[in-house]
Amino acid sequence: MEVTNDWYLLLSAVMFVIGAVGLMLRRNPLVMFMCVELMLNAVNISFVALGTELNDVSGQIAVFFVLVVAAVEVVVGLALVVAINRRRAAATADDMSVLRG
Amino acid sequence: MTEVIVFVVGAIIVLSGAVGVVASPNPVHSALFLIQTLFGVAVLFVLQEAHFLAAVQIIVYAGAIVILFLFVIMLLGVDTADNWSVEPIGGQRPLAVLVGAALFGCGLALLIVMSDKLTGIVRDGGERALDNQFTDVERIGRVLFTDYALSFEITAALLTIAVIGAVVLTRKLRREEFLADLERVSMELPAAVPDEINEAH
Repeated sequence: MEVTNDWYLLLSAVMFVIGAVGLMLRRNPLVMFMCVELMLNAVNISFVALGTELNDVSGQIAVFFVLVVAAVEVVVGLALVVAINRRRAAATADDMSVLRG
Repeated sequence: MTEVIVFVVGAIIVLSGAVGVVASPNPVHSALFLIQTLFGVAVLFVLQEAHFLAAVQIIVYAGAIVILFLFVIMLLGVDTADNWSVEPIGGQRPLAVLVGAALFGCGLALLIVMSDKLTGIVRDGGERALDNQFTDVERIGRVLFTDYALSFEITAALLTIAVIGAVVLTRKLRREEFLADLERVSMELPAAVPDEINEAH
């Protein structure tokens, strides 16, 4: 038995779906961000697997850029969460539904 | 055979961590499960000989991003458990699981249909080929600073914008600004809030 490309793609699909379902189920904004990270990592796995399969280093370059965008997304998202929490305690995403001021 | 064992162990680490992130009620536990998942992904990267990415994965993700999450959780003190008994939108949870299942079905179908098109292709990658002539670090370095040089520079701009944005968003308001803001909010809020939320407060 040998590990083929499909194994990685299947794992990536399962992980992506877990992240997506978590994003829809959870109400804590921080946990929702973590679920987005899960989805990004799932995509990273398939990028590397396909890059290896197609004998092209571009897949790994794409993962590099995804990493940067993920870091930026977390920084801005967490800054927003902190800014909102400073004005009023908001434990769930529904408490943030009124974003005027 | 060793490869299969490493893959299975890595996959178990990744998937159990992913389920833990979604299922654990406490955000701190979610963050720790996220670290577990990221280490599993790093193992899978090593298995595919993407050594550079495995190292970056640990250093940037587990070392910086998750720690940032933990900082914010501790700072805000929001480490209380989610209240699962409240369902904000009727039928949201079954619908979410249904959408997830549909998503997975689509992915699986694509994988089965496209499988023969994605495997067994051997291309002459030229400069970008992953052969044994150079290590993956050298390859990434070469390609990143030639073909993707512009994207790389834009990344720098993006990071700078993010840092400035974070500082602007979380800066402390001066006293008069804060008071003016408070007055404006208290004037506007009743009109902006739907009735049911008004009643709750």
